[in-house]
Amino acid sequence: MSTPVLAADGGEFQPPGVGSFDFPPIVAGITKPMVLLVLSIIIVGVFFWAALRKSSLVPGKMQFAAESTYDFVRNSIGRDMIGGKDLRPYLPLLVTVFTFILVNNVFGFVPFLQLPTMSNPGVPYGIALIVWLVYNGAGFARHGAVGYLKHQTWPPGVPGWIRPLVTPLEFISNILVRPLTLSLRLFANMFAGHLVLLVFILGGEYLLLHGGVLGMVAGPLALILSIVLMFFELVIQFLQAYIFTMLTASYIGGAVAEEH
Amino acid sequence: MEGNIAILGYGLSAIGPGIGIGLIFAAFINGTARQPEARGVLQGIAILGFALAEALAIFGLVLAFVFQ
Repeated sequence: MSTPVLAADGGEFQPPGVGSFDFPPIVAGITKPMVLLVLSIIIVGVFFWAALRKSSLVPGKMQFAAESTYDFVRNSIGRDMIGGKDLRPYLPLLVTVFTFILVNNVFGFVPFLQLPTMSNPGVPYGIALIVWLVYNGAGFARHGAVGYLKHQTWPPGVPGWIRPLVTPLEFISNILVRPLTLSLRLFANMFAGHLVLLVFILGGEYLLLHGGVLGMVAGPLALILSIVLMFFELVIQFLQAYIFTMLTASYIGGAVAEEH
Repeated sequence: MEGNIAILGYGLSAIGPGIGIGLIFAAFINGTARQPEARGVLQGIAILGFALAEALAIFGLVLAFVFQ
């Protein structure tokens, strides 16, 4: 399966699968996800540049939108997770991560684009790697190498006999698995959402065209439901961008927090 | 019957997170009903818990496609 599967020439229905996400190159190895990725960078960059180029005390519409986004990340995500003065240096990262993921996810909703870039696992891996480097680097800088490891794997108040169990588990969960779950959560949500939409739309089309009398009823129903699902996906797309940013802030906040 | 048994793994791995997410949002609704002004604080915590509980189901989904 190399191209999005359509039930060709009235044969067996082939359900969409992993193969539906392999796009043929448009020109010279450049595929649709790559184009969308560059497009998202341009959209985010131009939006913030155009909105904040001529900042004024009384904001215009664009400036208001940009400042609202910034405010949302700072007040609803950052302040809960990273305490006090520590928030300021990491705010640009949080705003960038949030807007970048949001735009890439919402591509799944925009007509003619209709593909969340994050349904390609490489992109979330890259972002999670950056986040991993940042939060571990921040912890090292704050506590020193030994201090940081102790901070992450030596929770205070644990009875001594259970330490041999808790410390390796904390190390695995706090250092090794975090980037994995962070990226896989975003990837799998976008992947599964897109796959469900494909099943509803392709299956609805197949039922309508080849399903006989019963298919004439079931097919349109599936197609109508796919529209409802698409709006449901829009909520998930926003929620995943929010969750990714919140977990990033929570990891950084946990790494730079003082012992207590 | 044709298919892949790895998909069953996804079904199994979705049971635990399903229960867990249900409990998290039940507690969130309870808390908001008792103290509506705490909604903003509770919402962040609920979504964070939801995201963490969801991880197992996500692993199940990914592994279902890995072992094909």
